[in-house]
Amino acid sequence: MDYSTLRRQITFMKKSFFDQGYLDEQFNQLEELQDESSPNFVEEVVALFLKDSPRLLTNIEHTIGKYPQDFHRLDSLVHQLKGSGSSIGAVRMKNECSVFKAHCNDKNLEGSLQRMKREHATLKQKLESYFQLLRQVAPREHAVNLRK
Amino acid sequence: MSTAMVSEPHVLAVDDSLVDRAVISRLLRSSKYRVTTVDSGKRALEVLSLDRSVHMIITDYCMPEMNGYELLKRVKESAELRGIPVVIMSSENSPARIRRCLEEGAEEFLIKPVRSSDLSRLCSRLY
Repeated sequence: MDYSTLRRQITFMKKSFFDQGYLDEQFNQLEELQDESSPNFVEEVVALFLKDSPRLLTNIEHTIGKYPQDFHRLDSLVHQLKGSGSSIGAVRMKNECSVFKAHCNDKNLEGSLQRMKREHATLKQKLESYFQLLRQVAPREHAVNLRK
Repeated sequence: MSTAMVSEPHVLAVDDSLVDRAVISRLLRSSKYRVTTVDSGKRALEVLSLDRSVHMIITDYCMPEMNGYELLKRVKESAELRGIPVVIMSSENSPARIRRCLEEGAEEFLIKPVRSSDLSRLCSRLY
């Protein structure tokens, strides 16, 4: 695929993430922090999130399974997931966490957890595709920056 | 041995979230701060006891064991540390929480996610 086609695909993909509500302005704010000293900052932070969030989801699942339920711990875990999701601009993930927190005292926590896990899996797939494309244009853009 | 001039303010950033530490660190570095990050209030106090070059502390509010408010209190109760400005970050926009922190001596209370503009405003006030 040639460079301009790749660039168009990247732009379209990112726009679709915003249009479909997966990402919000915070993602743009992170991209603005990228420069020559930190050219892959967003990918690195997203990688941190995708590495850390499965641990939180697993801990949430274990905590739901315990009796009596430890709502304080559950709330704390979901708060962490919500916070780190918000920090990378993952607004739908953040909102799923808010819904979960609001229904913490309900009986169907398992259903809420499954929705969070599905949202997480979708977000992971989309962001990984996005960064895979970005990596393909990166060498050329780095060369352009060096010539400036 | 000559002493090097340190022109960049040194900020200690405290957050138990790996993601948030990376973000606040990048934000601070891009605003020309020198940054040390730690993952707890306890670690922050350890660093502060060993390193007298910290010009500002920026800490998350919600942390296990010692939250940001408790860290703020410990700093303000210390004769050696009380002069260091402390900024609290929180994802919860709670007026009671904000009031409590400001009354305890916090310099500023920032709602997460923190933006570059928040830090620029802070920098222009403090330096």
